[in-house]
Amino acid sequence: MTIEMIGITVLWIFLYGYLIVASIDFGAGFFSYYSLVTGKKHIIHGVIERYLSPVWEVTNVFLIFFMVGMVGFFPDTAYYLGTTLLVPGSIAIVLLAIRGSYYAFSTYGAKDNRFYMLLYGGSGLLIPAALSIVLTISEGGYIRERDGHVELLYGELFTSPYAWSVVILALVSILFISAAFLTYYANKAQDYPAMAVLREFAIGWSMPTILSSLLVFFAIQRHNPWHFNQMLGLSWMFVLSLLCFLAATYLIWRRKKLGLAFLLVMLQFGFAFFGYGASHLPYILYPYVSIHESITSPAMGIALIVAFIAGLMLLIPSLYLLMKLFLFDANYVQGKHSKH
Amino acid sequence: MLAYDPALYSRILTGVTLGFHIIFATIGVGIPVMIAIAEFLGIKRKDPYYTLLARRWTRGFVITVAVGVVTGTSIGLQLNLLWPSFMQIAGQAIALPLFMETFAFFFEAIFLGIYLYTWDRFKNPWIHFSLSIPVVIGSTASAFFITIVNAFMNAPQGFKILGNTITEIDPLVAMFNPATPTKTAHVIASAYMTSAFVLAAIAAAALLAGKRHIYYHKALKLTMICGLVFSLSTAVIGDLSGKYLAKYQPEKLAAAEWHFETTDNAPLIFGGILDENNEIRYGLKLPYALSILATGSPNGVVKGLNEVPPDLRPPLIVHYFFDIMVAIGSLTILLAVVYLLLNRKSRRAPGRELPRWLLRCIVWSGPLSIIAIECGWLYAELGRQPWILRGYMRTVQGATTSAHVDWMLILFSLLYMVLGFSVVKILRGMFRSNTPEQEIEQRGIEGGRIG
Repeated sequence: MTIEMIGITVLWIFLYGYLIVASIDFGAGFFSYYSLVTGKKHIIHGVIERYLSPVWEVTNVFLIFFMVGMVGFFPDTAYYLGTTLLVPGSIAIVLLAIRGSYYAFSTYGAKDNRFYMLLYGGSGLLIPAALSIVLTISEGGYIRERDGHVELLYGELFTSPYAWSVVILALVSILFISAAFLTYYANKAQDYPAMAVLREFAIGWSMPTILSSLLVFFAIQRHNPWHFNQMLGLSWMFVLSLLCFLAATYLIWRRKKLGLAFLLVMLQFGFAFFGYGASHLPYILYPYVSIHESITSPAMGIALIVAFIAGLMLLIPSLYLLMKLFLFDANYVQGKHSKH
Repeated sequence: MLAYDPALYSRILTGVTLGFHIIFATIGVGIPVMIAIAEFLGIKRKDPYYTLLARRWTRGFVITVAVGVVTGTSIGLQLNLLWPSFMQIAGQAIALPLFMETFAFFFEAIFLGIYLYTWDRFKNPWIHFSLSIPVVIGSTASAFFITIVNAFMNAPQGFKILGNTITEIDPLVAMFNPATPTKTAHVIASAYMTSAFVLAAIAAAALLAGKRHIYYHKALKLTMICGLVFSLSTAVIGDLSGKYLAKYQPEKLAAAEWHFETTDNAPLIFGGILDENNEIRYGLKLPYALSILATGSPNGVVKGLNEVPPDLRPPLIVHYFFDIMVAIGSLTILLAVVYLLLNRKSRRAPGRELPRWLLRCIVWSGPLSIIAIECGWLYAELGRQPWILRGYMRTVQGATTSAHVDWMLILFSLLYMVLGFSVVKILRGMFRSNTPEQEIEQRGIEGGRIG
């Protein structure tokens, strides 16, 4: 495999990792606030907090990692995306900042502050919409390069059915992924009332998820036929994705094997996400930047990959320890450990 | 409003973000060290007060970490948004330290999560203590790697540049440039120092408010001893940084000292103002001191600013930032020494009363240390203007051409004001609603064994 293929594969894996952990995180924040407003907070809040508290910081790192790696491997993206994304990117940063800090404020500082919970629950829903603009732009057609200036065509973007379908998909997906995970987590905690509420959320968001995925298919066919044809070539991945979705929903419906159900949800998004990514190659930003315009120095490419492997050898055992202590520790999950 | 100039607004916005971020980044690097020391002492001396200190510091630390993380994310993304042309070139040369910084941060994030939620989980207290070590390693390593990125901007090497393309990058040569040793060491030592004085200020404020518990005295003594050690190391490394500048970046040192003519026996100037003819008035002159700082010898030759073309000279205002940084650094060393002497004296006398003026000075030392950090950073950054990559790329060439940077400046300024206000409010609320005395009673420490 060439260095740029390794680079983009690794980055795509990290982005997928972010997609899953951030979805759980964003969705959980929203459910937590929603349950507060509807007077069900006491039922599900404990489970959500026990899961989120030790991992919230880790979630953020996935995103930074992706971004740093992107610029490291594909510096041209910094030029094109950096210039065009100033406004949407800044809005995403502000939302991330509000969410991250008010999560910590409300969890460790002012407990039960409704306003703080609104800030972190609400901003969590807006972040995926802001971030998904990057994926939208990468399809091409929203950027103009003229006299050495690169600019984003806001008019095209805001009136584009494709852009809106991606936003809807992002929003609905986080709620579905999050509910599927939390159903499993609550079940593990033997917290059946919480499980019942979260299961309803998961079932409720399953149909919108699949409908909005179909919407994206239709929209991309009209917006970028080249990419759509590439996707048809990898249609088996999207079929597998659909099958995983059906199996997961069935299991959640029957309240069986919820761990497997969540794994299937991960596979559902995994197949779709990697199918989408693979069919987009060799372009990162269609048609301006392809993966072949990557690092011009092999020494740096090799150094990055070495650093990567070394970093993973450090991270994987640490992440395993984190999961063992908080996700798979029966006493912790059931809330039997005191904190602080 | 000024005429719209994306480069100018990008500079201001980057400055505002970093200026806000480094407050939290600095204590994010230093406080884990202090927490680890306190927890270590608590276990080693079987003294539950130190353990309580570690716990309470940790609780406040989480809040500051949150703001550090989100503003760090801001600056990480903003580098690409505001300086796309710079990142297109430098991005690949510094990709390795940037990458490693993220790994270090990742490592810290994982273990901080574990550390926070396992206080009472292990029978053997050393296991919990050992979890603080990866947090310390992670936070210090991330400071180390990110400072390397900045060192590279000051002393770029290890690559060739052809138009917009950068080739023949040697990652290790780029990382270990001449600026790396002094910059990283100075950043880390000053972060430890600032954290020690910030925590000392909290203990001193409690004593000043009339609290009498021995817990506060222990907190103060521990933080002041650490403060002395770290501020002395910061000063020694600062001296080495001066020698680095004289050799590799003489225009920065000359601008800080308003040193125009190349001379030997150069004096160091403190304070003062410049008139139209670049004559210094009202300044305090310390003979030979600049030569000693720059070369280690009183008759060493120091290069003057007149040898630098006018359009490549840094702004002369950096003189004040340099002076404030050095003055505060020296005062904190003096303060720590005075405290240790008076504390020894008062221990012999009953009542252990420390003079109120001393406590007041210690309360001031916390915010002053943060001001010193800000001034040192302003000096380092403004001192390399007009370059973004010294000798290769000017700052204006690296900036975005995008419209709306002015609006983003307003947006982010509002964000930081709200965050800053909230942090203060939350931290006050947290510690006022649960005082150490209450906690000592709840945990049944009082009357237990005290070391």
